[in-house]
Amino acid sequence: MDAPFVIPEEATASEAIDAIRDELDVFDDWMERYQYIIEMGRKLPPFPPEWCDDAHRVPGCQSQVWLEAREEGGKLYFAGLSDAAIVCGLVALLLRVYSGRSCAEIMNTDPKFLRDLGLVQALSTNRGNGVEAMARAIRSAAAAQTA
Amino acid sequence: MTEAATREKSRQDLDVAAIRQQFPILSQTVHDRPLVFLDSAASAQKPDAVIDAMTHTMRGQYANIHRGLHWMSERTTEAYEAVRDQVAHFLNAPSRDEIIFTRNSTEAINLVAHSFGALLKPGQAVVISEMEHHANLIPWQMLRDRAGIELRVAPITEAGDIDLDALQGLLADGKVALVAVTHMSNVLGTVTPAKRIAEIAHAAGAQVLFDGSQFVVHRKTDVQALGADFYTFTGHKLYGPTGIGVLWARKALLEAMPPFLGGGDMISTVTFEKSTWANVPHKFEAGTPAIIETIGLGAAISWVEAIGFEAIAAHEAALTAHALTRLADVPGLKVIGQPKERGGVISFTMDDVHPHDIATLLDRNGVAVRAGHHCAEPLMRRLGLSATARASFGVYTLPEEIDTLVDTLVRIRNFFV
Repeated sequence: MDAPFVIPEEATASEAIDAIRDELDVFDDWMERYQYIIEMGRKLPPFPPEWCDDAHRVPGCQSQVWLEAREEGGKLYFAGLSDAAIVCGLVALLLRVYSGRSCAEIMNTDPKFLRDLGLVQALSTNRGNGVEAMARAIRSAAAAQTA
Repeated sequence: MTEAATREKSRQDLDVAAIRQQFPILSQTVHDRPLVFLDSAASAQKPDAVIDAMTHTMRGQYANIHRGLHWMSERTTEAYEAVRDQVAHFLNAPSRDEIIFTRNSTEAINLVAHSFGALLKPGQAVVISEMEHHANLIPWQMLRDRAGIELRVAPITEAGDIDLDALQGLLADGKVALVAVTHMSNVLGTVTPAKRIAEIAHAAGAQVLFDGSQFVVHRKTDVQALGADFYTFTGHKLYGPTGIGVLWARKALLEAMPPFLGGGDMISTVTFEKSTWANVPHKFEAGTPAIIETIGLGAAISWVEAIGFEAIAAHEAALTAHALTRLADVPGLKVIGQPKERGGVISFTMDDVHPHDIATLLDRNGVAVRAGHHCAEPLMRRLGLSATARASFGVYTLPEEIDTLVDTLVRIRNFFV
């Protein structure tokens, strides 16, 4: 699978969650954590501008978020982008967890890790709901694949 | 004394520290930082005087109004109706009967669109401006689609003022029945030349409505001096509670207009065959009103009037000038609009940083601002923007809070360069 789809760094979704937790723990202040999250967003593979349309848009996000999914070799790969930097960073973290996994693994990875890591709370309530909307979009893509 | 000196004196007369002590919420911390509340244009915080008036009502002097034949009801009716007198005085309305209590400014405008709208004929037109809040746009779109009324939009200049020549042009064919525009923009801070707009409207045979939600907070409002026909505002931006707003309209208009909502309190006689309406203002106040909130609004008006609009306007003018000076030093920051006259509202962008990111990072530092389209999507489109960040000031805002905003913006910008 090639760019813009995200190739997983860790072998499993749960390892990815642990790695993100460790990385976030390094910082003692939220401004530094935001800087890290924004940096993660910058490292996302370039998302094709022609995919920034309503068909790719994730509903329920205050900022604009676009997602695309593709299946290869029994795994689902995701590409994503947001027009807001912090949300883009959260997209990157989500895709690090969910991209390049089997549908079963995606379905078994509860998005509550977003709350456990404080990532929903990193945004105001309205925008935090949007992050969960992204996780739902990813999981429903997996559910559609298995249906 | 020069104008600048007068302003300086007024500013010194305003004891902001003492004012802040009357707002319990302002001593809070957010994310372990002192709260810097720069979102008063969305809704202002409430002083003890308002909180106490409302709890006092609920604790000691409360019953339903107008209908009760008992002591508690009579006293509550007196308190409620006294606010009508207060509002009439606040707006310099000729008569207390011209004050209609609504839920907010949105409902007041909807009332006019419904009931004044019912007097209009297909082919007549309503004019709004490009910088209206959705509250002064959607009700007119609904009227247009329901009644075959034409909706015309007066353009704004690059600076963010209503283009008065263009407005005049839109009125030239004599079909316009109403010009409905903001008295102060919630996005650009523009204070519109309401008196001049009223003259232009009247010269073309149109009535004029001003949405005063932002304006009444900052300056003395005089509907007669403005030559207004309709004026609306909401309580919660005026340091009062939510759920209470005001429509003022000339009595002849109110008498000609059919009711908005039907129900109790707005009738004279009722049979199954036919009902007749109560006199104004009660014709437009169906059902049990927001009694406690109305009393809260009365307390808010007393509170701001005790401070005085001269001192409030001078304080906010000084704050706005300070903010514009300081913000000009933030690299990449662009203040949106340079209107001829500006109230304490400043919208801005910073390079291509998303306003949502600006607001989130400010919030983590205790600074509350608004970010988004500010319920004015067509204006955002006109400005070629999808969103802005907006700082807005109130009587309790300190220059030091603006410094915190600016210093934090500089830190945030360093994230992105």
